[in-house]
Amino acid sequence: MLPTPDTSHVPYERVYEPSEDSFLLLDTLSSEPERRFLHREFARAAPPPLVVEVGTGSGVVVAFVHAHARTIFGTRRVLAAGVDVNAHACRATAGTVAKAQAHHGQTHGVFLGSCVGDLAAPWRDGSIDVLVFNPPYVPTPDMPSRPEGFPDDPSPTQKPSFDDDSYLLALSYAGGMDGMETTDRLIGSLPQILSPRGCAYILLCAQNKPEDVKRRVRGFGPQWRALTVGSSGKTAGWEKLQVVRMWRDAVS
Amino acid sequence: MKVLSLNFITCAAKACKSSSASYPLHPKDAELVQDDIEVNPEMLINVLPRLDWAALRTTSAEIGFPQLPEQPPTQEELQADEKMLQDLHHLLLETQISEGKLVCGNCGHEYAVKEGIANFLLPSHLV
Repeated sequence: MLPTPDTSHVPYERVYEPSEDSFLLLDTLSSEPERRFLHREFARAAPPPLVVEVGTGSGVVVAFVHAHARTIFGTRRVLAAGVDVNAHACRATAGTVAKAQAHHGQTHGVFLGSCVGDLAAPWRDGSIDVLVFNPPYVPTPDMPSRPEGFPDDPSPTQKPSFDDDSYLLALSYAGGMDGMETTDRLIGSLPQILSPRGCAYILLCAQNKPEDVKRRVRGFGPQWRALTVGSSGKTAGWEKLQVVRMWRDAVS
Repeated sequence: MKVLSLNFITCAAKACKSSSASYPLHPKDAELVQDDIEVNPEMLINVLPRLDWAALRTTSAEIGFPQLPEQPPTQEELQADEKMLQDLHHLLLETQISEGKLVCGNCGHEYAVKEGIANFLLPSHLV
């Protein structure tokens, strides 16, 4: 078991607290089979992979991947970055990454930074090699709506109102219809944003209809693959949570 | 955000993605901070093939760094050139943009950078 990054500095009243889903991602990314897959894809002399975590929250996942780059990828030549719609989450992530990097001076990769944005919108097409996403997956009647007066550019010194905090936390879990409204947008962009050798790790819950999601990805083209590579919390034969790896198989 | 990030980032507006003017974003009023990081030649030699050199030249000039050569060095040339390694390491990995703006050359939108964190959320009329 690789150590989990310290997130004790994160303001959980407005940033998602690491939970079972975050830990499932850590376990999956550092599992023996995924390490084998990532070593095979990225450890050789090929250019360093760009790893982007979408929706970092506390930053626990991107800090983990960055801090343990050598163990997970078989090389420290790994570029990592994070993006979140919540500016407080981005600041928290910078802190989480800095601590994790200091604790793992011999194994960490290169952290490029964290930015505020909607999903992977700021990245160039075809640039992301490993995308990790713990989405807002809980089915909800509506998507969160922005409170009146919510600042465009929340300042770090000004204390957010209770409504603002509730909105930010809702963004971290509320997924709308089937809990898939945000995830569907990201999945739809995968063929553009992933590099030809790229893969995405996306966490889903049972209500997201994971089999339908996998079918959709396979429908992108004959080389597309979608495979459940991690799961937890079985109830009555159903996986409560699972991590699906989506990628294009090299055309032979 | 490290300068290397700018090589992978473009305007977040969908309509700008197909325009070559949207990349790279142009730093404006950029305040830079320098970290002290041990140079890793292997990392730089490996990252070289995935750099968009023309974009990096633009970025480098715009943040006030010395002009980079027109053509990128080959991996062999970089390996043998300690000064070039140092310079690239300093530019790509040690230099961060802490405050300022990133401007799209196509739509003109200015993305704010505060405390090293760029904000790529778009106002509703640009989404």
